[in-house]
Amino acid sequence: MPRAFTPKVITANLLIEGDAVWFTATDTWSGNIKDAEFLTDEAHADLRLLEAQAQQSVIAGAYLADAGMDDAGPTTTHFREAFRTRGPSNYAHGKQVENNV
Amino acid sequence: MYKYNDFDEAFVRERVAQFRGQVECRIDGSLTEDEFKPLRLMNGLYLQLHAYMLRVAVPYGTLNADQMDMLAHLAQTYDKGYGHFTTRQNIQYNWPSLKDVPDMLSNLADVGMHAIQTSGNTIRNVTADHFAGAAADEVADPRPVAELLRQWSTDHPEFQFLPRKFKLAVTGSENDRAVIKAHDIGIQIVQQNDEIGYKIIVGGGLGRTPMIGKVINDFLPQADLLPYVESIVSVWNRLGRRDNKYKARIKITVHEHGIDEIRRLVDERFAQVRPTFSGVDQDMLAEIEAQFAAPDFKVASTDGYEAARMANPAFRSWTDTNLTAHRADGYAIVSISVKKHGATPGDATADQMRVMADLARKYGHNELRISHEQNVILPHVHKSDLAKLYAELRAADLATANIGLASDIIACPGMDYCALATARSIPIAQQIATRFDELKIEHDIGALKIKISGCINACGHHHVGHIGILGLDRAGVESYQITLGGDHTQTAAVGERAGPGFSADDIVPAIERLVYGYMELRDDADETFLEAYRRLGAAPFKAILYPEEKADAA
Repeated sequence: MPRAFTPKVITANLLIEGDAVWFTATDTWSGNIKDAEFLTDEAHADLRLLEAQAQQSVIAGAYLADAGMDDAGPTTTHFREAFRTRGPSNYAHGKQVENNV
Repeated sequence: MYKYNDFDEAFVRERVAQFRGQVECRIDGSLTEDEFKPLRLMNGLYLQLHAYMLRVAVPYGTLNADQMDMLAHLAQTYDKGYGHFTTRQNIQYNWPSLKDVPDMLSNLADVGMHAIQTSGNTIRNVTADHFAGAAADEVADPRPVAELLRQWSTDHPEFQFLPRKFKLAVTGSENDRAVIKAHDIGIQIVQQNDEIGYKIIVGGGLGRTPMIGKVINDFLPQADLLPYVESIVSVWNRLGRRDNKYKARIKITVHEHGIDEIRRLVDERFAQVRPTFSGVDQDMLAEIEAQFAAPDFKVASTDGYEAARMANPAFRSWTDTNLTAHRADGYAIVSISVKKHGATPGDATADQMRVMADLARKYGHNELRISHEQNVILPHVHKSDLAKLYAELRAADLATANIGLASDIIACPGMDYCALATARSIPIAQQIATRFDELKIEHDIGALKIKISGCINACGHHHVGHIGILGLDRAGVESYQITLGGDHTQTAAVGERAGPGFSADDIVPAIERLVYGYMELRDDADETFLEAYRRLGAAPFKAILYPEEKADAA
């Protein structure tokens, strides 16, 4: 039996700056995972990934990442994706200190 | 040191111009990411977790002061004020913007540097002994050979689409500081009856399937070097497993076919290749060698140095750990630790890079080296200048006296930056170094190599650490596996897995327990961790790491 589909968000890196972004329900990219479209249906998720990947002039390397949900919006379920929402742990660099997210 | 000739200069400038055009095409949409990716990788540009990363080659780890100043300029202008020195003697910038990278490459070309073949399935930056040209135990300076290999391998038409990446390392000394037995090809300059030649080792490597290289040729005459190396790469280029990237490195080819069969095939190929080398390579080698002539070593009294050592205990301690014997009278090789306790191994700020460049100008005959152990070396410092040098290093927070000790840890960037990583390595290195500093036992422990990788690819050389730590993802949680008894030198050995992994919270206490346990087990304070491990075997060390299992078995 194929593995049951688990909820996802679509994430990528911005083409110019390279920072992590998430794909919203309105076809834009946000630096905050809370703005991401929460994908619970596999067929819809695959379709949205194609649409996200079509935005070649904005992002690079879009993929589906496992996600959960809390009161504020989508959340990460794996530490790798959690690091992408914050930045490195050895310096206060990246999203953890940027105000625009 | 090697200076670019007109050909090198034009070649590198042309590559910068090409890449500038490629970046423009990517940004204006005329290249897709799939089309652009191989082009950016050919120029050392990766896309990592949080940003792009540019890997700049430091050929055989050698830099002059102007080049180090330029690395500082890049760190300050295009990054967040620092750079990361790697285990292949390169430097990585973690935060460049795509649109700035052509300017960075142009800046590098201004000082005779580039990022070509720092990625992709090509022959990568040739590494060498970081004490080359200075070490007292050296048969010959390995850098002319490394430079010859760099020129031969750069844009070599036969070797641009290899089965996988290919790494060469060269040493001129029996005491291997270049980890030649863990490279695809390791070259050792040797001497037989007054004749210089090369011992060629093939099929070493770390990563998923660690292998110690095997000798394919005991003594290769000087003039045969390039045709012979070309023959090895050529044989592997044909046989290498392109069907499976985990089996594509030459170590697997050598393992599958056996060293004798590989030697036979290489000899066969060599018979074809050798006549195509007219000897022009040897003329070029002679020109390169002239450029690596030793500096004018000065003659001066070292009395002041001895007096300063006696007068200043901190200076004395630093000279005990951070100096290595130099071949010239009155000189020392200085290792600058860029691993202050709690800092990120291999990271230097732009200011620190400028200080080191300045010190190289003032006291070091304008030379610097990057070691695979992620430190910076001033290879030629007269002992009469050491006290002044030390004072200036202290002022720049660069005087940590820990070379070769427990806190002199190799660590890859791990999951703090790297898209391939399965766990973080930097915080583990920071915590271990901080802990040993708190305990004040580093000097009692003595020589100890702790090496940490954040994934199986082993950029942090964990397999050849006396204590190796491998960060893995175990069911969505960071887990750290310990290996014991690895050795990166001429007596190279792959460490043995100690047992189940430790959590991020448990790994530092486990290392502390292991090191205290070793201090109990050793014969005397002179017996190093590795010696004790070799004498006693793994069992007592495993018992220290897993005391509850020992209790269960009892």
